Amino acid sequence: MPFIQSTTTYDVCIVGSGAGGGMAAYVLTQAGANVVMLEAGGDWDTVRDGDMLKYNYESPRRGRGTKTRPFGEFDACDGGWNIEGEPYTKADGTDWEWWRARMLGGRTNHWGRISLRFGPDDFKRKTIDGKGDDWPIGYDDLKPYYDRIDRMIGIFGSKEGVYNEPDGLFMPAPKPRCYEVMVKNGAQKLGIPVIPSRLSILTQTLGNRPACHYCGQCNRGCKTSSNFSTQTVLLPPALATGRLKIITNAMAREVLTDNEGKATGVSYIDTITKEEAQVRAKVVVLAASACESSRLMMNSKSSRHPNGLSNSSDVLGKYLTDSTGGDVMGFFPQLVDSPAHNEDGVGGMHIYIPWWLEKDKTLGFSRGYHIETWGGKGMPGYGFGGGIQRTNGKLDGGDRSKGGGGYGLQLKDDYRRLWGAFIGMSGRGEMIARRENYCEIDPTVKDQYGIPVLRFNVKWSDEELLQMKHFQETGNEIIRKMGGEPLWDIPSKEDNYGITKPGQIIHEVGTTRMGSDPKNSVLNSNCQAHEASNVFVADAGPFVSQAHKNPTWTILALSMRTSEFIVTEVLKRNLPTA
Amino acid sequence: MNRRESLKLIAIASLAAAFPGCTQEKIDDAAHRAEMSSEDGGLSERTPSQLSAAEYAMITMLVDLIIPADSRSGSASDASVPAFIDFMMEEAPEIQNPLHAGLAWINNSCEKQYGSEFVDLSQEQQTSFLDSIAYPDSASPDMKDGVTFFSTLRDLTATGFWSSKIGMTDLNYTGNTPQASWEGCSHEAMSHLGLSYDV
Repeated sequence: MPFIQSTTTYDVCIVGSGAGGGMAAYVLTQAGANVVMLEAGGDWDTVRDGDMLKYNYESPRRGRGTKTRPFGEFDACDGGWNIEGEPYTKADGTDWEWWRARMLGGRTNHWGRISLRFGPDDFKRKTIDGKGDDWPIGYDDLKPYYDRIDRMIGIFGSKEGVYNEPDGLFMPAPKPRCYEVMVKNGAQKLGIPVIPSRLSILTQTLGNRPACHYCGQCNRGCKTSSNFSTQTVLLPPALATGRLKIITNAMAREVLTDNEGKATGVSYIDTITKEEAQVRAKVVVLAASACESSRLMMNSKSSRHPNGLSNSSDVLGKYLTDSTGGDVMGFFPQLVDSPAHNEDGVGGMHIYIPWWLEKDKTLGFSRGYHIETWGGKGMPGYGFGGGIQRTNGKLDGGDRSKGGGGYGLQLKDDYRRLWGAFIGMSGRGEMIARRENYCEIDPTVKDQYGIPVLRFNVKWSDEELLQMKHFQETGNEIIRKMGGEPLWDIPSKEDNYGITKPGQIIHEVGTTRMGSDPKNSVLNSNCQAHEASNVFVADAGPFVSQAHKNPTWTILALSMRTSEFIVTEVLKRNLPTA
Repeated sequence: MNRRESLKLIAIASLAAAFPGCTQEKIDDAAHRAEMSSEDGGLSERTPSQLSAAEYAMITMLVDLIIPADSRSGSASDASVPAFIDFMMEEAPEIQNPLHAGLAWINNSCEKQYGSEFVDLSQEQQTSFLDSIAYPDSASPDMKDGVTFFSTLRDLTATGFWSSKIGMTDLNYTGNTPQASWEGCSHEAMSHLGLSYDV
């Protein structure tokens, strides 16, 4: 097999080009470090490759998902739940769905841009409810980084003064859409607060990035760089320093170590030519996504690291969590026959329902959830009008004697009348990190490159199930207060109250968690491996707990903090004056 | 500002973003791709690959009964829905058997009831037959297979029609266009709901 070895020794090798890897590349190159970045997927250029402003009718598929684009053919994420030649396995009786992006910029190309700070309570849940563990750092440690990211990347929102939903440095938030005003009014009748959402989308010009043009298609990749993805926001300035080399189609195989157990570089396989190669570096930053980074560490065995890199504690792969998820949906008679209007707005919700029962100790579950909303008259695409027989029988006018369904002129008009008459809500909650939820190396299965794959072993507990039961009940109650009818009954206990499968919300965090005690953590509070001082993790792997919040903003803050530590404490250089 | 001008502006804004490695050619190419608006993704030129000629004729008749032409827009077949369904059968093999079987079920039932296949029935016979499978809540239990098939066909017809250019124009869909600002939903849309941003 051909083998390529580079003669260059880089200051830093970063594995992965998503939120964590992109931020690391930005900070390190600005500080003068020579950096090489390995990305398992191919090149991606949003301007060249994105599908912003395409009509669904330009494709015979009408936007439907494909094998390599499960969220829709125009969604800017190459990868998905099942990647040919890259399997993963699950222990008997357990579920795990693992989304992997294989492209420059990773999941930041299509993500929901929901950019929430973890709050003071989110770092010390054990102190509050006795479950899981506290982080070795607190909100005050991360606040300066959140502030800088807000200014640097851009985010809209509003000052609300909610203790555990810290305000950021926000651009003005867009007005709610009309159906979002309905949600707000309905929730408020139940005493549930509704605030403007917090998304990393520009509502004002920032540097050379223009404000949003409100096409509602952030997930297709923004050709004007008006939202955040690493490929449009962090990698260009990093590349402009001349100190970043990006190698795409480079599947990392192993972190290489020397006799002292310190990293010397990374070996990888070129996924196109199948050639084995190595890059040498003084520091290795893993940002391949939580589970990929721990897989890489588990596969990096040596005499100094017989149980995988920095894993004498056996904690590597443990404490894996995903957000809980559930959906409710309602039909709203007052939205029937509503006049056509453009409500694309930004590519995501304009309102947000943060967890509002922090002080209630009678719920029967410990951790909170937030509610996201969706609806409106979006661009018709694949799935439009599906299942109309469940609702058009309820319309007034015409002959309804036979019930819903039908055909002909009346049906055709029903589709027009019902367009935009449905509103949905999604609950997204915190799962408690537990040692017994983990990933490990499957003893027999290997991927097409011969790299051992992960076997998952994750189960929800009653904590998560009861939390989603509460969401289902609350969501349907909000729908009724809004004057709507829930489209389905609350799923039963036997159906786990409709909770998603673990992994499906794509917020996998943990597995290389940080801590002050090397016996029960993989990394120290600087995301530095306890047993290999030049190895760092910069994705969601270091998270000690999940919070109900989307992890990206915290990944970025931690990666910025970790990268500055690498510059000043490991490479012994000065940070550029900001 | 028309759509073409908007797209041009976006291409210029992208240039201003000063991407390293992003050449003028790449930007021109992206702008060209965005402007190269195909009207129906090639469906009107499609040669059917999944449905036989007889099935295709029958589907064409059925989708036009589901979504006929009216004063606002054309029929499902005007929007290439039969070709869309044939394409989807290629794209999603799991719907091949239900569709072939459903069409055959209808013909069998029509043979039993009227002594002819569906396409050869009179208009009155066709609507009378469809009435027995188009309303799940009032259909008789022995028609269950037909009801399930017809619901699938109605969904495919609706998705194919309303996501077409004809369908979007009928709905007066005005999105997918760059906006200079976001001022919330229109006054008309808000007042339809008895809502106002001023309160």
